[in-house]
Amino acid sequence: MIELRNISKSFGANHVLRDVSLKVDQGKSLAIIGGSGTGKSVTLKCILGLIKPDSGEILIDNQSIEGQREAFFAKFGMLFQGGALFDSLPVWHNVAFRLLQGERSKEECRDIAIQKLKRVGLQERVADLFPAELSGGMQKRVGLARAIAADPEIIFFDEPTTGLDPIMSGVINELIREIVTEMGATTMTITHDMTSVRAIADHVAMIHEGKVQWHGPVADMDAASDPYLSQFLTGSAQGPIEAVR
Amino acid sequence: MTYPIHILAAIGRATIAFFASIGSVTLFIAHTIRAIFAPPYYPREILKQFIAIGYFSLPVVGLTALFTGAALALQIYAGGARFNAEAVVPSIVAIGMVRELGPVLGGLMVAGRVSSSIAAEIGTMRVTEQIDALTTLSTDPMKYLVAPRTLAATIGLPILAGIGDVIGIMGGYLVGTTRLGFNSGNYITNTIDFLETADVTSGLIKASVFGFIIAIMGAYQGYNSGRGAQGVGRATTNAVVSASVLILAANYILNELFFFA
Repeated sequence: MIELRNISKSFGANHVLRDVSLKVDQGKSLAIIGGSGTGKSVTLKCILGLIKPDSGEILIDNQSIEGQREAFFAKFGMLFQGGALFDSLPVWHNVAFRLLQGERSKEECRDIAIQKLKRVGLQERVADLFPAELSGGMQKRVGLARAIAADPEIIFFDEPTTGLDPIMSGVINELIREIVTEMGATTMTITHDMTSVRAIADHVAMIHEGKVQWHGPVADMDAASDPYLSQFLTGSAQGPIEAVR
Repeated sequence: MTYPIHILAAIGRATIAFFASIGSVTLFIAHTIRAIFAPPYYPREILKQFIAIGYFSLPVVGLTALFTGAALALQIYAGGARFNAEAVVPSIVAIGMVRELGPVLGGLMVAGRVSSSIAAEIGTMRVTEQIDALTTLSTDPMKYLVAPRTLAATIGLPILAGIGDVIGIMGGYLVGTTRLGFNSGNYITNTIDFLETADVTSGLIKASVFGFIIAIMGAYQGYNSGRGAQGVGRATTNAVVSASVLILAANYILNELFFFA
């Protein structure tokens, strides 16, 4: 279980997060939606410890994450927006990066990497290529394979479909859904792609101007009366959210 | 009335920024030294960087030393001729190369080649979230990226400078024997007789400090790179400029310490 309690963060006079509280239950998927620059990424980075919140508390299984990040990362995987693959290393080494630091032999790590690559729909020959030799969709798949390589209990997806064509987006969404279900992982996804939200998530939290504007199950989303959420869902230029930011 | 205040404010801002960057470089250095000594270690990365930084800098350092030694021999001969001291060419070439020009010019050339590539590589990794990815994969980027480069440059530069010293003296020898009419045997004897161990060690220690500066400035600028291609470009430029200036400043300070303290 992941819980954020009253997280606030400012950069100078810019209040990026104001008193954000969120909760994801074990084995559930939360999608965080909101326009660009509303604080979605900062929320994620606070959990990862890459940004230190000014106030508030982050709990993993009811324990504060402070001082426990190593333990947290050990059961954690993440798909980065641009893939963030290490371009100096071949694909299989990227996928097996965490495994290679453990006790396992190189051959064993490579076998697991190839198995994970197959799971995300990539052939064995891809294993020895370098990330720069792959298409955008393939890079996402490799990023996904790396995120699940060590069978994590918690997975974060940062804009998993950004930059992909609609069909490839659909494929990646489906893969994420399948893999998360079969692994039983707890996940958080940042996105502004509503197709993605409907495909991946159980719950939705909409962040606007650093605050949680709406929070609820995906099924309740369309019937919700929140004007901010409705505007976001319809993608209208008219409404409470200013179109010029 | 507000005009002088604006000037004061600008001076104040610049001063604060200056001290802030000194502070953050110092912290970065402390962090790097801790990362070098504390496990886990990445021997494969160290070896990889040693080859990238040391081995592939050999042509640059070798050519720099060769031409510097050759030019030095001509200059000293021409200068020495004014008071009939042409005979000092072998010893001055050797001392000049080993104590000063080998490490400093070698260091500056490697700064151009290596600081920039470290800054560009780490900067690109920062911009494309690869450094964040390392953290989430339970790998400390300071240990995995910065420590191996720093170690490789700190050990690699004295070796490069040593090779540069030999090649530089050889450059002087070639000019001396073919153009200035020195006897080959005499030239070598003069070189060896006048050179002291302290000349060599001081040069090598300086090179090691320069290596440290080169890697640290490249890594620091890359690590704190701004966004996008422009950010990485600026980091690369800053790395080369700051490494070069710091090498020259450190060279002066070390000369004071070695020879006048």
